[in-house]
Amino acid sequence: MAAEASPLPERASVSWRRTVDERALRSYGRAWTASTLAHVIPFVVTAVALVVIEPWLAPMSALALVQAWVIPELYANRGAKVMRPRKQSNDEGPERTALGLLGDLLGHEQRDLYARTGAVVEPGRLGTWVVGEQGALLVTKRRVHTFCVRVSDPDLPGPDRVSHLVLALRTDELGFATVANRAFSGARWRVRRRLPPRTRPALDHAIGHEGERRS
Amino acid sequence: MARLIRMDRTGHTELATWDAADPASVEAAVEAFRKELDRGYFGMVTTGPGHAEQVTELPVDADTVILRLPISGG
Repeated sequence: MAAEASPLPERASVSWRRTVDERALRSYGRAWTASTLAHVIPFVVTAVALVVIEPWLAPMSALALVQAWVIPELYANRGAKVMRPRKQSNDEGPERTALGLLGDLLGHEQRDLYARTGAVVEPGRLGTWVVGEQGALLVTKRRVHTFCVRVSDPDLPGPDRVSHLVLALRTDELGFATVANRAFSGARWRVRRRLPPRTRPALDHAIGHEGERRS
Repeated sequence: MARLIRMDRTGHTELATWDAADPASVEAAVEAFRKELDRGYFGMVTTGPGHAEQVTELPVDADTVILRLPISGG
């Protein structure tokens, strides 16, 4: 994606936000890692200390380790939620019509992948995006960032919701990442296992694409 | 024929078609386009694979102009 010819107009509604570029993403990722460690380390230290002080406190120690594991999982779950599709309307007509328009916006490979996964994989400057109905994942060198972003009309057919996000992303990638609310940043595997099974191949594809792009 | 399409609850609606050589059809499309901008839609044109651009005037030479609603962080 080249430099944005026209900035996303929605940027005006979040004018106080710093533009999300590569540097901001790296800094955000580091902050997430620090925050995760701040949650995990005290529980791990507690677990070790308990068994050192009194071996019969091993069950309590195990509980502390469970806490250390669960907290990052809960955050990852929150992040993966952005890719959960909303309930599909019973009226298939609009869904089919919207699917036709989305198909026109996509290349063959993207179209096939969307049919299988319900998500569009879109290469970008910041990384490789996986766009769903209510949010997007951004796969970078080592991690995945998740963004909650959506079109305001809740009654739009699913493919139209994706089309809105794809068009906005293609217009101004940095603006798209700035307007979206960031939900999680962390290990790819942690997000992957929390994604709907149907969507996982889209993330795998994006990871493969990102690897090729960087090699 | 070029098309002006609005993404809406029906999937999408074709609001106008025009031929650059036919001023009457262009005028009707421009009017329809402006009306939708006033309703809060944004005009978009695809400018190549993976690229799109927002337009505030109807690009008469475009094949398809798509109208979308604003997006926001959820």
